[in-house]
Amino acid sequence: MKLTLSWLRDHLDTTASVPEIAEALTDLGLEVEGIHDPAAALRPFTIAKVRDAQQHPNADKLRVCQVETKDGLQQIVCGAPNARAGITVVLASPGTYVPGIDTTIGVGKIRGVESFGMMASERELELSDEHNGIIELPSGEVGQSFADWLQAHDPARVDPVIEIKITPNRPDALGIRGVARDLAARGLGTLKPRPPVAVEGAFDNPVAITLDEGLDGGCPLFAARLIRSVRNGPSPEWLQARLRAIGLRPISFLVDVTNFFTFDLNRPLHVFDADKLAGGLTVRPAREGETLLALDGKTYTLTAGQMVIADDHGPQSLAGIMGGEESGVTDTTTNVLVESALWDPIRIAATGRAQKIVSDARYRFERGVDPAFAEEGLDRAVAMILSVAGGEASHRTTAGAVPDTARAYRFDPDRLRTLVGLDLPEGEQRRILDALGFRTEGDRAHVPSWRPDVLGDADIVEEVARVASLTRLQGAPLAARGPAIPKPVLTPAQARLGRAKRTMATLGYNECVTYAFIDRAAAALFGGGDEARRIGNPIASDLSDLRPSLLPGLLKAAQRNQARGQGDLALFEASESFTGGEPGEQRAEVAGLLVGRAQAKGVHGPARAYDVFDAKADLEAVLSALGAPAKLQIRRDGSGWWHPGRHGVITLGPKTVLGEFGELHPRVLKALDVKGPAVAFTLWPDAVPLPRAATRARPRLEASDFQAVERDFAFVVDARVESQALVQAAQGADKALIAEVRVFDAFQGGTLPEGKKSLALTVRLQPRTATLTDAEIEQVSARIVDKVSKATGATLRT
Amino acid sequence: MDDFRGKWLDLVAAADSEAALEEVRLQALGKKGEIALRMRELGQMSPEERMTVAPALNALRDEVAAAIIAKKQAFQDAALDERLRAEWLDVTLPVRPRRQGSIHPITQVTEEVTQIFAAMGYAVAEGPQVEDDWHNFDALNIAPEHPARQEHDTFYMARAQGDNRAPHVLRTHTSPVQIRAMQGQGAPLRVICPGRVFRADYDQTHSPMFHQVEGLAIDRDITMANLKWTLEEFLKAFFEVPSVDLRFRASHFPFTEPSAEVDVRCSWENGTLKLGEGDSWLEILGSGMVHPKVLQAGGIDPNEWQGFAFGMGIDRIAMLKYGIPDLRAFFESDLRWLRHYGFGALEVPTLAGGL
Repeated sequence: MKLTLSWLRDHLDTTASVPEIAEALTDLGLEVEGIHDPAAALRPFTIAKVRDAQQHPNADKLRVCQVETKDGLQQIVCGAPNARAGITVVLASPGTYVPGIDTTIGVGKIRGVESFGMMASERELELSDEHNGIIELPSGEVGQSFADWLQAHDPARVDPVIEIKITPNRPDALGIRGVARDLAARGLGTLKPRPPVAVEGAFDNPVAITLDEGLDGGCPLFAARLIRSVRNGPSPEWLQARLRAIGLRPISFLVDVTNFFTFDLNRPLHVFDADKLAGGLTVRPAREGETLLALDGKTYTLTAGQMVIADDHGPQSLAGIMGGEESGVTDTTTNVLVESALWDPIRIAATGRAQKIVSDARYRFERGVDPAFAEEGLDRAVAMILSVAGGEASHRTTAGAVPDTARAYRFDPDRLRTLVGLDLPEGEQRRILDALGFRTEGDRAHVPSWRPDVLGDADIVEEVARVASLTRLQGAPLAARGPAIPKPVLTPAQARLGRAKRTMATLGYNECVTYAFIDRAAAALFGGGDEARRIGNPIASDLSDLRPSLLPGLLKAAQRNQARGQGDLALFEASESFTGGEPGEQRAEVAGLLVGRAQAKGVHGPARAYDVFDAKADLEAVLSALGAPAKLQIRRDGSGWWHPGRHGVITLGPKTVLGEFGELHPRVLKALDVKGPAVAFTLWPDAVPLPRAATRARPRLEASDFQAVERDFAFVVDARVESQALVQAAQGADKALIAEVRVFDAFQGGTLPEGKKSLALTVRLQPRTATLTDAEIEQVSARIVDKVSKATGATLRT
Repeated sequence: MDDFRGKWLDLVAAADSEAALEEVRLQALGKKGEIALRMRELGQMSPEERMTVAPALNALRDEVAAAIIAKKQAFQDAALDERLRAEWLDVTLPVRPRRQGSIHPITQVTEEVTQIFAAMGYAVAEGPQVEDDWHNFDALNIAPEHPARQEHDTFYMARAQGDNRAPHVLRTHTSPVQIRAMQGQGAPLRVICPGRVFRADYDQTHSPMFHQVEGLAIDRDITMANLKWTLEEFLKAFFEVPSVDLRFRASHFPFTEPSAEVDVRCSWENGTLKLGEGDSWLEILGSGMVHPKVLQAGGIDPNEWQGFAFGMGIDRIAMLKYGIPDLRAFFESDLRWLRHYGFGALEVPTLAGGL
């Protein structure tokens, strides 16, 4: 909200400067967002007098003036038609910046004649659009600051404008008097009393007012007065200047009065042209489909329940939000009905939002106006209209009643110390509350009617603390609870996820943080895109659905990087993906994506594209960092976004899925416009069991001193038999003796029959009690061949 | 004997290859070598004669053997030197490239904040990103139709036809985690709640998703002065400065009372932020004493307990600390950005090692 210094001074008797006021406002919680001081730009300009003006020898329209300035008599060339001897002018000496022409004045020659400055027009000083001549002042001394002269003679022209941000709890500060009250409580002046007004009614208001029964509390009070025989027209200059200064456009006096009261006293009003009303006015819920041409020129279609003020022809005003065009006042209005009402903030907010109307009235009514001031506000507005536009006022018609909002809360002066940590004498606390309009009575503080936000004991403390100033607060140490050396606070799962991230970075992946929402098509590619995970009001169509997986976000990141010429990528994200749209239907996920080449072509060899085994290796490394057991199985029944033949699902036991890895399906890459090859993995850290051991101690190291023996076996097996089957079978041959089974060779073709492949295993035997004899080695070898053959149909190559 | 010794040592010295040396060794020390034959003759000597000849012969044998070994080593050294001279590599060639991973600033700063608050006894609480409106709003004293709720620019989840519950929201702050922590753990309580939050706002300085960390401390006699101290200590540790100057400004948040915006004194020089000096104030976080209704919603008796809460943007303090100019770039995953503003895998922030 904007206010000007002079407007503020209508309510506040103060000598404080603008910076002092601004600092206090911000500190009070009325944050200053900007200060515009027109005088600031005018400071360098001084008053001068033209002593002599002669025709320029070389130019018809220029005059050569001798000007008495703060620096003595100076010669200035001037093109203004009114430049003549004897006038008092505003001078820009050399070196002065002139805002209206965005130029700094220098010493120069104009058509061969030297000129030492410039005499300014109003437009050049950005005071108005006036540019027919230079400013002629009716008074002023040579050398006097023009800003000071304006301050003394025409203060409205240099009225500083302060813009403040009003938090939603402070509707009272949406009126300038409310702002003044805060400042007065702070000690920056005194709040000026308002003399009472009384406007006698000369006749009964002929416009009957009815509150419909269906309003259900939507309009507690509707008061109105009719004024006959007014003369509408432009507002007095002071009023126009006020409104212009805070960014409002003067329209006509009757309309300007409503705006003035809106900003002056937070009392929105509405004026109807009474001659355009048919019959009385009824405040009622709108009927579905009724329309209203509003003052903003737009036609609104109303829905049932939105409150309107209607005459016999239909809605004439959208209650508390915006008036109607048809019954609005014009310059020719002579009979005006002035309305001052109270509206249910919730209903106003709902209607305003539904109709997407932003108005000063809605803004105030949905935050809460002073209910006790509705009738007085009406009378004050009527008094102002009568004094300027003449006419004769009716008695006040009031429908409904001022609701009783009287309430009081506990005032405990000690709470300022025990809750906030500030010390302030009780008397000073009471003074603050009184200055804010509270009435303290023993240990009770009665809340003023204009503070709907004060709803509890803590609010009373807050008001005192706020006005006393939180800047006085001194930090007080908060003793730590628990042992001197703090205990670890991360849960094992939190600590482990941190390790997973660091492991990924160690493996050479760059961590990304991508949006939690993606476009529907991408979500659908990864098992999402359903109704449960749809965002109702997405900010953009490509951010419409909760991500079912981290991979689409990473793939899109890859696509963007490819578009910028970054083709070889190792990206990861560790965050949440969503399994549904209910709270808690999310799970931690770590996803890694490899795109392009594992190694570029170089002096050390040819290029190598990433393949499935790069992804698998990294997945295994992260699983290991998470503490997953070494014995994991691989299934091939993974999600549809993987290449059907080139992916795996890593499981613990038959059911617990820890992760998936593989080459991404070419269709997925195409849909997301990613140039392959692309391999990736996903893992779900919470699926990895946490260590059960309650101790940090490791199990004893079993390191046998007897020589280990390695034996190689080459098998021929069907091409689609997995090496995992052979490895497991071999391990099963003697679990105690066989320490490791390693696949060291795999190939197809050559002398092998079609549909067969060769798989070669190295088996490491680790005896624990005695060195193995040849016979023992032969025995276990035979068992290995037998187990592998039985399990997989493999035959030993000979 | 001297001549005999001289002959063999000369022969060893004269050998010009490993093969020639081996030949000399066989002639001298081999089974049929001259020295060996002489040794065999010892058996036929008288004990007296043997007493004088045997030691001399043994010494001769050892001396010749040592000379041969030394000579052999010299040949091998020369051969190795020769080989190494041939093995020349252009070591200015590039290496096999190794991927360099990085940690995102959000992760790094979250860990930094966690380190500091862990030292002050705060645990880390987490909660769902999709929230019901009770946890996100009502429990935090934000009434359904209050303008404060509208000002949140909330994302709402779609509601299926026939499901008449209020739509879930993408949490607009991490405050609902505070409610869940209070409900789950009761008082006394100290937690921080870092995490993603969502607002339907997108422009130069806003992103529809960003990160917050909120803190909550509940005890019997915690005051706003404790809050100020806590924030001072945090900011000093986080920004690694010897002192900070905080300004508490009255403000309004529905969930705290009194509420304060907190500014920190700073200076900007050539775009670089310096805290603890200068004439500018930087708004850095919002805070206040937990509203009694919020305590109640969390199942904590406001007549017995009180406490403070604060919240700040992780992205924002990351930008301030590390001089990162644009919020939106955090989420664009531009490899150049990730490498430039990211952190090394082993740059784990610790209080002992630095944040």
